Amino acid sequence: MTLRYLRYADVADAASGAARPGARILGGGTLLVRDINMGDVSFDTLIRIEDPATTAIDNVPGGAISLGGGVTMARVVSEPALAWLAPAALSVGGPAVRAMATVAGNLHAPAPYGDFATALLALDAKVVLHDETALIDLPIQDFLAHRRALHARHPIRAVRFHAPPGHSFRFRKVSRTRVKGLAVMTLAIVLPTDADGLIRGARIACGALAETPVRIVGAEAALEGRSLTPDSIEAAIAASVGEINPVDDAIASAWYRRAVFPVHLRRMLAGDAA
Amino acid sequence: MSKVAVHFDLNGKARSEFVDGGATLLDLLRTRIGDMSPKAGCLQGSCGCCTVLIDGEPRLACITLAEDVQGREVETARGLPDGAGRLHPLQQAFIDGFATQCGFCTPGMLMAAKALLNRKPNPTRADVIDAISGNFCRCTGYAPIIDAILAAAEAGRAA
Repeated sequence: MTLRYLRYADVADAASGAARPGARILGGGTLLVRDINMGDVSFDTLIRIEDPATTAIDNVPGGAISLGGGVTMARVVSEPALAWLAPAALSVGGPAVRAMATVAGNLHAPAPYGDFATALLALDAKVVLHDETALIDLPIQDFLAHRRALHARHPIRAVRFHAPPGHSFRFRKVSRTRVKGLAVMTLAIVLPTDADGLIRGARIACGALAETPVRIVGAEAALEGRSLTPDSIEAAIAASVGEINPVDDAIASAWYRRAVFPVHLRRMLAGDAA
Repeated sequence: MSKVAVHFDLNGKARSEFVDGGATLLDLLRTRIGDMSPKAGCLQGSCGCCTVLIDGEPRLACITLAEDVQGREVETARGLPDGAGRLHPLQQAFIDGFATQCGFCTPGMLMAAKALLNRKPNPTRADVIDAISGNFCRCTGYAPIIDAILAAAEAGRAA
């Protein structure tokens, strides 16, 4: 099928273009062009956003980092200031996929994809997108909750987040093959501590354990005000029961994911090597 | 819908082709131009056997739109031998090291390796493993391929 391919130099114009019936926003193409190859005829127009703002990496007032929606995983890996985030970008495909896959595309990637989005969820990112009328900032949880129903046609200009203090960011992708395997699950954790070494504001995000990456708020609450000890870790694991809703897919059954989730969460919290 | 003109360099030579909207670079290379070195494998960006270089970076031709190579330099395995027909050091190393069996993955492996050696002429074994981590081989078990890429790098240092 022949598709119309429209390019826009401005996010606002792209939002207008994307509102057309049959339009889909193209990121790196790793999922959408695959769909074309697989015979998806549900769209007839591709929208390419060429706004320089979508490929920028900036420090914004207030100390936040802004990653343009069109920034590739390879670019994140090569950015020295983002070395702490590189493991999340490196978990996405091989070098060729990373040279193509974008931040915005990953935010829309269905499970078991979306490893980088899981990291962004743990970082409590804001998604800056253009809806029908204006640029808006959305908490990433709100974006993920409504990404298919409300935001599929909204171009993502950038994501913003604060770098976590010290070494408080942890990321692990669990897959059947060490390189380029799809996720059995992805875990991203931020564990800030106060001056007394007690955890304040833990954020635990999991990918491939539901339709979208999810926060495990029960486990987060169980860690609040405590230090990481065997007891607090077990309390967090106990509190996480019932908070995940894994899916069956070709990589793993929901049963398997549910069974091994506590093992990997325990290892992550304990700081064990993968 | 009308076709779109795409102007680009392919293996150092200027090309101009008309493509349909939504056509992939793999379609363009194999069907219109007749460069059969990038293979049509999974068509999902998973197997890596369609790997080409675009402006020196590894890309998957099966999930790259043809219109996106407008004004860019594309390299395929067909362009690896020099003008006199001599094989590229990587190709020779693959032959010498028995790094190919059925051969279907080989063009993609070569281009992924070329991207690595362009960027890092003295790679470690870990660098090589990462560089071909997006390329499947179902014959060799990978070790001969990794060894061949390291041998080609070594040959490059000796040259």
